[in-house]
Amino acid sequence: MKLPSPPLPRALRRSPPRPGENGRNGAPGRNGGPATKPTAKDQAVEGAASVVGWLDERTGASPFLRGFLYRKVPKGTNWYYTLGSATMFAFLSQAVTGVFLAMYYEPDPTRAYESASRITNEVFLGEFVRGMHKWGSTVMIILIFLHMGRVFFFGAYKYPRELNWVIGVVLIVLTLVMGLTGYLLPFDQRSFWATVVAVNLNSSGPIVGPYLADFLRVGSEFGPTTITRFYALHMLAVPGLIAALIGAHLYLVAKLGTTAPPWLKAEKKDLLREEV
Amino acid sequence: MADSPKKFDKKSRYTEGRGIAGAWEGETVTRRRLMEGTALAAGGIATMAFALPGLGFALGPLFEETVPDTWQDLGPEDDFSTTAYVQRVHNIDPKIGDAGKATVYVRKWDPEVDSAPGKSEQPYVAISTRCAHLGCPVRYIQASQKFVCPCHGGVYDSQGKVEGGPPVRPLDRFETRVVEGRVEVGQRFSLNSELERFPPRDPSNHLDGLWKYLYPPRPTT
Repeated sequence: MKLPSPPLPRALRRSPPRPGENGRNGAPGRNGGPATKPTAKDQAVEGAASVVGWLDERTGASPFLRGFLYRKVPKGTNWYYTLGSATMFAFLSQAVTGVFLAMYYEPDPTRAYESASRITNEVFLGEFVRGMHKWGSTVMIILIFLHMGRVFFFGAYKYPRELNWVIGVVLIVLTLVMGLTGYLLPFDQRSFWATVVAVNLNSSGPIVGPYLADFLRVGSEFGPTTITRFYALHMLAVPGLIAALIGAHLYLVAKLGTTAPPWLKAEKKDLLREEV
Repeated sequence: MADSPKKFDKKSRYTEGRGIAGAWEGETVTRRRLMEGTALAAGGIATMAFALPGLGFALGPLFEETVPDTWQDLGPEDDFSTTAYVQRVHNIDPKIGDAGKATVYVRKWDPEVDSAPGKSEQPYVAISTRCAHLGCPVRYIQASQKFVCPCHGGVYDSQGKVEGGPPVRPLDRFETRVVEGRVEVGQRFSLNSELERFPPRDPSNHLDGLWKYLYPPRPTT
């Protein structure tokens, strides 16, 4: 089986020498004329190719990338198969905008609301970045459920992909945890009372409920460190877990491959097939 | 017969007896097995060395008293009567600023209504506005003499007992005392449907019947 060539853009690939030309740049030209100097474009191509080659020689990344990016997909693969990637890009957008919001946000009960409204009203493009983060969270939730629906209705959770379904369910729960912990951070009336109710909902679980609520609130009442705890969960603990699990999720997708849509039947094995 | 293969006993105490190549005489554990065990144990100890303190740090507040034990002034005794509730604002946790502020409904203890055997007597009845369903703030409607929750329709009578909706127990109260003619409010406590006193619980935690065993009290209370 012939694998595709390494994922090097066409512009960077070495072109074969013209007939009559010596292979290397700088070698004596045709008819024994003076050596042709490599053009700037040749040098750029050569430089980029050698950088990629240097990295590839030391990491052995190209067989992996080739297998990952050029893997075979079944017939009938369609736009619904992009919902998982769409969810991942929503997560990446949340991660990037979240990092920038963290540069201005102060997780302190007396400063949180002020700093959040400062982001919206004073910081250059702050309203835009905060809006991306706020609406992006909704987009991510919608996409992740559409993705789950696709996997469910296409039967893509079946053997041998059950483990990937389980990882996906954990990812959904973690995404909802992100929604819950992020909701407190603007620290206005809405987020405060929503969090009070959400934590009390946790408390209504038998046996572990009251302890879970105490863990989230840092004590028996909503206190000064509740917001810092939510902030730490929101920007460190849960995103780290999500990123790690997305890695595992993708690894299994590449390892096991994707499934054909259920409306495609397997090709019948014809004992005699007429070749035209 | 001297060349016949040796019989090895898999359960032998000695590696030599188990037929492991390169075994020393009297050796019971192979070097490889010993190094494996040492590496795993060292890794485990190193992980526990940071994981256990970290976990304790995160879970510590479950096992300690986190609400400051303060008495807060609500005003002179003349402001309150046995018949009507007066609204006052106190701060449940002054360290979080305005967010800690909460309303209490206060009236004078009425022996005819409030006294019964087994109940803790307080000079004043200070009812918390934290709904016993999920913690939304309830409001007292003077005309109907009921506490009503805006979130999910919980209704309480004028003593804070549940009359309807999802709440699982009466409204919490606060300890009260009178110092130099001024009413002060202290720690929260919860009540069951008989208005018997319990340590403070979260909203949604039952205090009656078998349900109460599903909701253990905090370790510190």
